[in-house]
Amino acid sequence: MSFYVVQFLSGLASAAALFLVASGLSIIFGVTRIVNFAHGAFYMLGAYVAFSLTERLSGALGFWGGIVSAAVIVALIGVLVEMLLLRRIYRSPELFQLLATFGLTLMVEDLAVLIWGPDDLLGRRAPGLRGAFDFFGQAIPTYDVLLRVLGPVVLGALWLLFHRTRWGVLVRAATQDRDMVAALGVNQKWLFTSVFALGVFLAALGGALQIPRDAVNHTMDLRIIVDVFVVVVIGGLGSITGAFVAAVLVSELNAFGILIFPKISIILVFLVMAVVLIVRPWGLFGKPEAAARQTPGLAVQPWRPLSAQARLAFVGVLILAAALPLLGSNYALIVGAEIAIFVIFAVSLHFLMSVGGMASFGHAAYFGLGAYGVAFLAKLAGLPMVACLLLGPLLGLFGAIVFGWFAVQLSGVYFAMLTLAFAQIVWSIAFQWVDVTGGDNGILGVWPAALVATPARFYWLALAITALSVVVMRVLVFSPFGYALRATRDSGLRSEAVGINSKRIQWAAFVIAGTFAALAGALFAYLKGSVFPDNAGIALSVDSLVMVLLGGVETVSGAVVGAIVYKALSIWLVSYTELSKLVMGAVIVVLVVMFPKGIVGTFDGLIRSGKLSFFKRGSQRATQAEGAE
Amino acid sequence: MSEAAALLAVDGLTKSYGGVHAVRGVSFKLTAGEILALIGPNGAGKSTCFDMLNGQRKPDRGRVQLLGQDITGQPPRRVWRLGVGRTFQITATFPTMTVRENVQVALVSYASQIFNLWRSTPDFQRDEADRLLALVGVEGYAERPCGELAYGDLKRLELAIALANQPKLLLMDEPTAGMAPRDRIELMRLTARIAREQSIGVLFTEHDMDVVFEHADRILVLNRGTLIAEGSPEDVRRDPQVRAIYLGEGLVYDARHQEGAGA
Amino acid sequence: MKLSVSALNSYYGPAHILFDVDLEVGAGEVVALLGRNGAGKSTTFRSLVGLVAHREGKIVFEGHDISKAPTHAIGRAGLGYVPEERRIFTDLTVEENLEVGRQPARTGAPQWSREKLFALFPNLAEMRNRAGGRMSGGEQQMLTIARTLMGNPSLVLLDEPSEGLSPKIVEQMAHAILTMKKEGLSILLSEQNLHFARLISDRSYIIERGRICFSGTMADLDARPDIRDAHLAM
Repeated sequence: MSFYVVQFLSGLASAAALFLVASGLSIIFGVTRIVNFAHGAFYMLGAYVAFSLTERLSGALGFWGGIVSAAVIVALIGVLVEMLLLRRIYRSPELFQLLATFGLTLMVEDLAVLIWGPDDLLGRRAPGLRGAFDFFGQAIPTYDVLLRVLGPVVLGALWLLFHRTRWGVLVRAATQDRDMVAALGVNQKWLFTSVFALGVFLAALGGALQIPRDAVNHTMDLRIIVDVFVVVVIGGLGSITGAFVAAVLVSELNAFGILIFPKISIILVFLVMAVVLIVRPWGLFGKPEAAARQTPGLAVQPWRPLSAQARLAFVGVLILAAALPLLGSNYALIVGAEIAIFVIFAVSLHFLMSVGGMASFGHAAYFGLGAYGVAFLAKLAGLPMVACLLLGPLLGLFGAIVFGWFAVQLSGVYFAMLTLAFAQIVWSIAFQWVDVTGGDNGILGVWPAALVATPARFYWLALAITALSVVVMRVLVFSPFGYALRATRDSGLRSEAVGINSKRIQWAAFVIAGTFAALAGALFAYLKGSVFPDNAGIALSVDSLVMVLLGGVETVSGAVVGAIVYKALSIWLVSYTELSKLVMGAVIVVLVVMFPKGIVGTFDGLIRSGKLSFFKRGSQRATQAEGAE
Repeated sequence: MSEAAALLAVDGLTKSYGGVHAVRGVSFKLTAGEILALIGPNGAGKSTCFDMLNGQRKPDRGRVQLLGQDITGQPPRRVWRLGVGRTFQITATFPTMTVRENVQVALVSYASQIFNLWRSTPDFQRDEADRLLALVGVEGYAERPCGELAYGDLKRLELAIALANQPKLLLMDEPTAGMAPRDRIELMRLTARIAREQSIGVLFTEHDMDVVFEHADRILVLNRGTLIAEGSPEDVRRDPQVRAIYLGEGLVYDARHQEGAGA
Repeated sequence: MKLSVSALNSYYGPAHILFDVDLEVGAGEVVALLGRNGAGKSTTFRSLVGLVAHREGKIVFEGHDISKAPTHAIGRAGLGYVPEERRIFTDLTVEENLEVGRQPARTGAPQWSREKLFALFPNLAEMRNRAGGRMSGGEQQMLTIARTLMGNPSLVLLDEPSEGLSPKIVEQMAHAILTMKKEGLSILLSEQNLHFARLISDRSYIIERGRICFSGTMADLDARPDIRDAHLAM
């Protein structure tokens, strides 16, 4: 019995950090409507800075002063971030905000490694709270008691801050009606900045307080951010009380889940989240959002099927690509095959998010399922490669059918977070169910059939499947189904009013996109000869988003270009610099702020505005047609 | 107007939000080819009423019948399949498509080809799409991005979309809001012509009284969720209660009672 | 002139709403902007305080051009705005709503305090701690005006202050507005209710389909029943 009590208390202690970070995220979202992906990075920075400070400052005062100073310093960094970056993207689509803050996360990760090194750092114990006390024969760390008390104290302090100070009242008013607050003479800019600073302070404090409990390292950010997303989604974005209740709930689920279902303890939390979202899509304490935000700012030119010349050009490029084995080394061919595979992956996400308006943050789930599908069939069932390639992606299809049904019930940020959570479920299963998936060691020895075992032949196979997939998805874009899907994205109101069942169309699109992603994953398994949990990881999901964004969200062919450029760039970066994340993060941030239309979008715009006269011929017919009216 | 002749029959429609009645016991009928206006002050429940007719919202009580078939609480897409076209107060079109494609999407849906994965939509029933665009007078813009249209033309395009399923009934929420005066009259004349030629019933809300009095065969006046008057434009114009509540003499404006007391 | 507006054009997306609107409000004056639903009254007000993204024209308030100023700077300059939808902060109490509106006193404008406002709107005094969302329409209308007055503005824009209120409350509102005028406040109000407007205003404009089509004193308007009937009372 006392064992369960201790487990319960330990859960409460973990809840404190989770609550601090989640409440910060919620407060920021409430006012700025930005879901700050970088919140995990600030949490991590808090820990690192606190580590450095407490190492240098001595005594109890030094320790506690170091903790608080760390949070303040990181909050100041947050102020800089808000003024330099966020102010530029407050009016951008939420996908861009999520991506920009994710880019920031990547940069911080590399910077942290640069400054503090890649190894785990063990912080000082809290002076006066080093020991543990005995509770019916079970040891409870004294420090945990402090954390347990801290959660409710911070909750209370925040309540006082928001209800008893002018600043708090202004923030609550702005959460409800920013324009009205401005009309009453309040400068929102500084209100936003201060809110952001507070949110970051809480995250950093949460991180700083972890140093006596846990080692500090550069992977803390992603670990906490996924949990925090789950907490705010369960509790309701924007609700502090919700964050508290959900933080306790999630921590307890973790604490007891590991006892009751050790194999699937991580999944348990996501299952609870999925159930909450289905029953209360705005979380336990959240409020329904006002009408979903339209994606403004990106002037849209209607998509057109390729002209005859463009089709010829496509075939020409394909022939050139097919000639690569004549020139390139084996390494080039392997890289070429990998790029081809990622073209399928990016185009499938493009179909989901550009055509369907559903920005998934967990598209890697289906890539990973496809890869594991092949690995199971090849290794466990011993099927030949053709059968594996045909049947393996079905695992992704089934995953997309199940997860897609839940996901299309939501939209916007909630859709993004739910897809992220589903991807984490897949990742967790791959990671934790060691008996079947091999866990972290993956499944090795997934070799292609002898017929395509040389790099050149495998490259041709990948290229052929990619070309076919791209053509099929392009046909889909211009098919009645593609138009109906785009209609649901353009105007849900209008599409329902012309007889289109939005949810069903979106679900079907989700399954199609998931299946193509799984096909890419299946090929990838054969390319690498192995599968690992990271094939379904967050990093891969974000890669796919960046590829689409880099090419141009609002274009039809952007994903292809984006995938080629991004993949080539990242393979090159990884081999030439140690700081690939820093560079990649910076690329993402610059892209979102400066070139939201991506490569193809920007190029199209230049052609249309006549700045690139060389390319003008193609667009001349359209201009003439317009002039004729 | 016999029961059988009614294109649309609304009976005792009621909806409340958090205990406040938005619409209370609204009943009326509409026959084919008739143009019926629904007017009333802001917040009188016009939009709620409208949304319940095409299934955007579910009524708490009451019944909506289309040609004798009960359509109460059916989702908008079903109501549409039964022959109800709708235009919105703030135009709802597909901005990433050309003008013609906007109509083609509706035609695709009408032909039950939504799950067709193969055909080319830009070639789908092109002639029919162009015919509809010509009908509302925007055929010259067929290849244009829909987002580039002037507001008046956007409203016309919406009408073309709404006509794509050969509707028996058109629901138009403030069809001329945000339009220049000349365009308003043209759009309503066009609507009236189409309605009479194809014997389509039209129900519209409107704040522009010129439009209402010129084109409505009959007018319903809604106030605080209840119908307070119903009749020909002439009757409604003369109705003292309507004058008091909506047409210009507000609650306080009653010269005999207030002139002395007010100051 | 307290406020002078010339050639104001406003757009919502592709919809052109206001066409070359000109109007002026003198110091201490109460001016009514009359017109039917959808004529452009609210859009005019929203344009004046910078809440319409796409607007063109010149807006001069107390000698300063505010046509490009951000909304909060316009509020800070002493131009108060009371929206038609009232836009009470429903989660905040009456006192808190007033707190949001509070600004330091400014010279040349009447000064308001919580207590003075509770005297002006006695109903509010009885519900200081009630959440804004749990008030009746009339109480919310009083609160939204009081909230704006907490900023000690020198001119307020009142968008349809009598809309949806019972005759008794409308009368109270008329008295309150007359008190505000007596304090020296300049007021531009939009109204559909001609009698109410006549009770409190010095001058009026009529707006129809986004254009100003009449300007004059209330007596001028009464002398032109044709105009009055064409645009206000059908």
